[in-house]
Amino acid sequence: METNQYMEVFIDESKEHLQAINDHLLQLEKNPGDLGIVGEIFRSAHTLKGMSATMGYQDLSNLTHKMENVLDGVRNKKIDVNTEMLDVVFDSVDDLEAMVMDIADGGTGKRDVEKVVLMLQAIENGTVSDHVENKAIHTPSPTPEIQLDEFTLTVLEQSQEQGQFNYQIEITLRDDCLLKAARVYMVFEVLEQVGEVVYSVPSVEDLENEAFESSFHVVLISGEKMEEIKERILKVSEIERVEISTFSLQEYEQVPENEEPEGGFSRENAATQEEPVHNSTAKQNSNKTIRVNIDRLDVLMNLFEELVIDRGRLEQISNELAHEELKGTVERMSRISGDLQSIILNMRMVPIEQVFNRFPRMVRQLSRDLGKQVDLQVEGADTELDRTVIDEIGDPLVHLIRNALDHGLEHPDIREEKGKPREGRLELKAFHSGNHVFIEISDDGAGINRSRVIEKAVQNQVVTEEQAAGLPDNQVFELIMESGFSTADQISDISGRGVGLDVVKNTIESLGGNISITSEVDRGSTFSIQLPLTLSIISVMLVEVQDEKYAIPLSSIIETAIVKREDIFHAHNKKVIDFRGKVVPLVFLKDLFTVPETREQNEFYSIVLVRKGDKMAALVVDSFIGQQEVVLKTLGNYLSGVFAISGATILGDGQVALIVDSNALIK
Amino acid sequence: MTEEAVKQTKVIVFQLKDEEYAIPVENVGSIERLLPITRVPKTAEFVEGVINLRGVVTPIIDLRKRFNLEASEHDEQTRIIVSSIADMDVGLIVDSANDVLDLKEDDIEPPPEVVGTVEVEYIRGVAKLERRLLILLDLEMVLNQKEVQKLMEIEG
Repeated sequence: METNQYMEVFIDESKEHLQAINDHLLQLEKNPGDLGIVGEIFRSAHTLKGMSATMGYQDLSNLTHKMENVLDGVRNKKIDVNTEMLDVVFDSVDDLEAMVMDIADGGTGKRDVEKVVLMLQAIENGTVSDHVENKAIHTPSPTPEIQLDEFTLTVLEQSQEQGQFNYQIEITLRDDCLLKAARVYMVFEVLEQVGEVVYSVPSVEDLENEAFESSFHVVLISGEKMEEIKERILKVSEIERVEISTFSLQEYEQVPENEEPEGGFSRENAATQEEPVHNSTAKQNSNKTIRVNIDRLDVLMNLFEELVIDRGRLEQISNELAHEELKGTVERMSRISGDLQSIILNMRMVPIEQVFNRFPRMVRQLSRDLGKQVDLQVEGADTELDRTVIDEIGDPLVHLIRNALDHGLEHPDIREEKGKPREGRLELKAFHSGNHVFIEISDDGAGINRSRVIEKAVQNQVVTEEQAAGLPDNQVFELIMESGFSTADQISDISGRGVGLDVVKNTIESLGGNISITSEVDRGSTFSIQLPLTLSIISVMLVEVQDEKYAIPLSSIIETAIVKREDIFHAHNKKVIDFRGKVVPLVFLKDLFTVPETREQNEFYSIVLVRKGDKMAALVVDSFIGQQEVVLKTLGNYLSGVFAISGATILGDGQVALIVDSNALIK
Repeated sequence: MTEEAVKQTKVIVFQLKDEEYAIPVENVGSIERLLPITRVPKTAEFVEGVINLRGVVTPIIDLRKRFNLEASEHDEQTRIIVSSIADMDVGLIVDSANDVLDLKEDDIEPPPEVVGTVEVEYIRGVAKLERRLLILLDLEMVLNQKEVQKLMEIEG
């Protein structure tokens, strides 16, 4: 249980860091010279490496380390930022992502990453000579950054008087050393055995936090001989090199005067290095959040509903008693619980950013694969949606964006011929409107050719020619989302948008949303998706069937009506009605659900007209109670898959009402 | 001492018709008085429906019907034992529930060939306690998912 909790945090945070790396890599591609971005990437990668090593995922940690090396090269201006290099880094991020997903699915996070590792190493090695040279220049400079305070100086003086030696040691860890802090700890332990460390660069704190490259300096007081100490330190594994020399106080005291500018420079350097650290803490502070498991929010919501039900009863009682003070208190309570309700609902809201932020990367890859130039504009990424919707909407959007890129936007040459800029524009927009969220995907590509859509639809027997002729444009375009409109081998026909769009449409409709298309030839197309804010609360029509109450989702209702008994016809042994020229079959909920009969047959039937796609059915009920917003609940695992019931909800009086799945009633 | 403690199981004892039954206390979430039940159509006959259990919609089955015992009117003594097993929360309607007992492993005997009218497959064992006879239920078998599905299919 405990490790599982760490696991969740680990997976969540890994995903976040990978996303951050992705985002920053895209930024880096646009501003290759901005080393601040590299720093950001480096930080994310470093944290990821540390986390995965701690959790015992060696492969993940190793690959991150390799990637880090390349980034380090970029940071130290040894490796140029270019498309090829970024491709490899992106690939390694993909591999890391796959590993994290594997771990999330309960796997071991192992993966064959040899190819990427080789490519990373090739990039790294391409500049190996520079690397060595740089180091060579770096090492001989004596005690470059050692700044001793007076207290330390006094200690050193005293030790000399007592016949001890003062040593200055530079320890370099191997590049592939994974747990640097642990090595440092081991080195320090060795040092403490032979003497006393009075000073270290970087500080012990930084060393513990692994806030150093690969080498560090210490000043050690010891009675042992130089060689002896060196031997001992080298016994610690993963140590590349140990440089040890006598630390001369006299020399040190001269240095500041002689090399004032350099000393000043190194201090400045330290200051600039510290800055990003400050930045990141500031960022964390401005965005204080905690992770809460969605199940806990569900529990909170359930408890709250109980409260709301009791509130209803209290309101009723206080009205009956007409006690002024009680009334006032109950009213106040109602108001407060109303506010509480909206807060609890808000807690489940997540910015759509979570879905959107994987698209820039995808568009980059796709446009390279297709040889097209695309400018992706994302708007309204902070628009919030319920978590349940967020989880479902990703795939349909991926599909639509792929379609827009693949079949909507033309090749640069063709665009030029048409007098458009070579670079195509792809817009991804999200915004709120009323109780809904709209997501629009628009391109300035070729648009949809009406006559060819009709041609195809008629050919595939989706519509007849006569039907198609009378349809307005938008309905013609929507034909491309009909199942059976297009099959895979017909991709290249009519801008090919038919591929799998029926799946997209189904997914969106199952979420209680809908999708519409506007398009103009050579001006581009817009796919507009309308989604409910949340899936946990839906609008329903409450109806009575004998003494039982049922809820029918408003999203599938066309309208309600009352018909006379004599208006019912029989066709094929079925009862049907003529509804505005259309023959609609009747479904008697009373018979379907075998509701015990308590009331007498009425002269009139109350019907609810529901639809599934183009098909309709008329549900016969006894009376309408009215429209209501209800919280959707499942029937529990024990009763999964009950015929024509999609869930349940709790009404104001505490009773459970079942939600009718009208889709299951229409064949 | 500790060994003895390990061998003891705490059980909830409830009444169905003339027999006393027991289920392990760790499978019991709570014991409720009868709540309004909403019928769920097209389910097995012993599925009474669902209740609102503190905001959670919980299915209810009638144990008498489940065991093919004669039906009885629900009264003041009728209880719903909310039990959970393998991710499923299910309420069991019983005639009454009023005892919690510690059973020693030694007291439990394998089920005899025939006990009352209950089919043997639901029974994990029988415990003799002085003058009482407790039938230990195998909840997993009582809430057997396959059987529910099969029954639902037949009815549907």
